[in-house]
Amino acid sequence: MLANMLQRFGRFLVLAAVFAAGAWTYSTGFIDDFLWHWPDVQYLTVQHIWLTAMSGSLAIAVGIPLGIVLSRPSMQRVAESVMQVLNVGTTIPTLAVLALSMSFLGIGTVPAVFALFVATLLPITRNTFAGLKGISPALMEAAAGIGMSPVQRLFKVELPNALYVIFAGIRTALTINVGTVPLAFLIGAGGLGELIFTGIDLFDPAMMLAGAIPTALLAIAVDALIAVIAFLVVPRGVNPTLA
Amino acid sequence: MIELDNLTKIFETGNGGVLAADHISMTVPSGEICILLGPSGCGKTTTLKMINRIIQPTSGRVFIEGEDTSGMQTEDLRRNIGYVIQQIGLFPNMTIEENITAVPRLLGWERQRCRERARELMDVIAMDPNLYLHRYPNELSGGQQQRVGVARALAADPPVMLMDEPFGAIDPINRAVIQDEFLRMQQQLKKTILFVSHDIDEAIKMGDRIAIFREGRLVQYSEPDDLLAAPKDEFVESFLGDDRALKRLNLVRVGDIVSPDIGTVRPGETLETARQRMDEFGYQLSILLVNDSNEPIGMVPRSVASVTRGYCRDHYQPVPATIHVEDTLRKATSLMFAEDTTWLPCIDDAGQVCGQITQRAMTRHLGSRFRSTTRAVAAAESEA
Ligand SMILES: Nc1ncnc2c1ncn2[C@@H]1O[C@H](COP(=O)(O)OP(=O)(O)OP(=O)(O)O)[C@@H](O)[C@H]1O
Ligand SMILES: [Mg+2]
Repeated sequence: MLANMLQRFGRFLVLAAVFAAGAWTYSTGFIDDFLWHWPDVQYLTVQHIWLTAMSGSLAIAVGIPLGIVLSRPSMQRVAESVMQVLNVGTTIPTLAVLALSMSFLGIGTVPAVFALFVATLLPITRNTFAGLKGISPALMEAAAGIGMSPVQRLFKVELPNALYVIFAGIRTALTINVGTVPLAFLIGAGGLGELIFTGIDLFDPAMMLAGAIPTALLAIAVDALIAVIAFLVVPRGVNPTLA
Repeated sequence: MIELDNLTKIFETGNGGVLAADHISMTVPSGEICILLGPSGCGKTTTLKMINRIIQPTSGRVFIEGEDTSGMQTEDLRRNIGYVIQQIGLFPNMTIEENITAVPRLLGWERQRCRERARELMDVIAMDPNLYLHRYPNELSGGQQQRVGVARALAADPPVMLMDEPFGAIDPINRAVIQDEFLRMQQQLKKTILFVSHDIDEAIKMGDRIAIFREGRLVQYSEPDDLLAAPKDEFVESFLGDDRALKRLNLVRVGDIVSPDIGTVRPGETLETARQRMDEFGYQLSILLVNDSNEPIGMVPRSVASVTRGYCRDHYQPVPATIHVEDTLRKATSLMFAEDTTWLPCIDDAGQVCGQITQRAMTRHLGSRFRSTTRAVAAAESEA
C-alpha cells in the first residue's frame, strides 16, 4: 500500500519537474533557439549517420572475417599476438587516431571514416574471436563426428552459436561509433559535432544541445535497432536471454 | 565387421606421453553389439574415437568390412558411422528436428524424407514428435537430450555405430526402457555397434561381446556369459563384482537347463497312481496334474494322495507358478523364492508342460563353469 502510494507520488513529482523545466525553457526562449537550429540538425544528422554507416559497415566487413581467421586452430600462435596489438590499439584515444589519420590522409571524410573504422574494429573482432573460441569442444567434436567439413562446421555450427556474442560486439562497437563521430568534425568531416563544438566555442548551450541531444538519441536508436536485428537473426536456442 | 589392428594412442603432454590405448586388437562381427567396459580413464573413449578418427591413432589400423579406413576420406568415413558422444553435443542453434536430420541433410536427402525420418526416430526414442520436434536442445531435460543424440546418430541408418555412454544421463527406469527399445530395434537393424559403458549390468544386458579395458590395455574380450563364468584375472573378477554368478542368471534361459523328465498325472488316474509316481520320481511334496493336451491344471499333494482314495481330478490344488522356457534363470529364481519351492514346471509357447527346472540344476549349471575353470587353473599350476 505504502509503496504503491510512494510510487504514485514519485511519478507525479517527475511529471511536475518535466513540466516545470518545459515552462522554464519556454520562458527563457530556449526552445525557440533550439528550433532555430532545426534545418542544421536535419542536415548534420544525415551526415552523422553516413559516417557511422560507412565506418561501421567497413568495420563489420573486416572485423568478422578477421575474427574468424584468427579463431582457426592453425592460427593459434599468431592469434594471441594479433589480439594484443588490437587491444593496445584501442587504448589509444580516438582523438589521437583522428590526428594520426589526418596526418596521413589529410582532412575530410576519408580520414574520419578511417579513424572511426579503427576505433570500431576491435570490439567486433574481439567478440567474433571470443564467440568462436567459446564454443564447447564437445559441440565441435559432434559436428566433426557426424561428418561435417570444416567449412560446414563454420557456417552451420560455429557462427550460428557465436552469433549472440558477435552481435553484442557489433552493438557496443556501433554505439561507441555514433558517440565518437562528433570528433570527426575536428578534421572537417561534419556531423553533429559541428553543432556541439561550435556551441561550446560560442557559449551557446542551445546550439550545443541541438547537437548533443540528437547524437544521444541516435546512439540509443542504433543500439535498439541492432538489438532487434539480433533478436530476429540469432537462433532461439542460442539466445541466453530467452532460455 | 569392425577390426582393430594394434591400435595405439600416445597423447603427448607437458610431462611426457600418456599411453591411452596400447596395441588394441579386436574384431566385432557384423550385426553385434560390443561393449567397451572398464574403470574411468582406461582408454575406452580413446579407442572409440580412433575408429572415426576424431583421435588420430599413433599407430595401428582400423578395418570396416575388411576395408582399411585410413584410405577413406574422413568426412565420408564419418557420415557412414553413427556417433553418439559422451557429452551429448546437440547443436544449440538447431531445433530437435534439425539436429536429428543433420546427417541426412549433409547427405542431401529431400526435405520431405528428412521430415518423415525425424518423426520415425522420435517414435523410436519414445518422445512425442508434435511436442518436441520444434523445440531447441536447451528446452529439453538431460535424458531427453541424450535420447535425441542417439536418434541423430541413427538418422541416416549407418551400418556402424559408435556410442559413448549413450544412456548415462537417463534415470534407471527410463534407461531400462530405452535399452529394451534399442535392443528391439537392433534385432531388426542388425548394426555393428561399439558401445562404451561404465556399467557392468548394462554391458551384460546389451552386449553380444564385452571388452574389458584396464589402463589402456584390452584385458579380456569374451561373450558375457563366458566373461562372468571365467574372468581372466583378479582385476576382471573384482570389476565384475562378488555377485557375478547371480549376474549370470540374467544370461541363461530356462530352456538351456530344463530337464524333460517330469512326472505328471492325468485327471482320470487314481491317487494311488499319483503316490506311486511321486515315489518313482522322488517327489517329496506333490506332483503336477496336466490335462489331455498336457497343460498344467493343478498339483496333487502327497499328504492327500497317501491318505485318501479317489481320482486326481477331485483332489488337486492350484499350480503355484510355472515358467516359460524363454524366461531367464533370474525370473525362475525369483519365483522359487517367492513360492518357497525348489522346482518349477516349464511350459512352452503352446502352454504345454515340457519339463521342469530345479534349484539343483541351476546351481550345478552356474557352478560347473566355475569349477571347470578353477580345476583347469589348478591343473595348469600343478603341471608347471
Ligand atoms: N587429449 C588428451 N591429452 C592427454 N591425455 C589424454 C587426452 N585424452 C585422454 N587422455 C588420457 O587418456 C586416458 C584414457 O582416456 P579416455 O578418455 O579414453 O578414458 P575413458 O576410458 O573413456 O574414461 P571415462 O570412463 O572416464 O570416460 C586417460 O588417462 C586420460 O587422462
Ligand atoms: Mg570416456
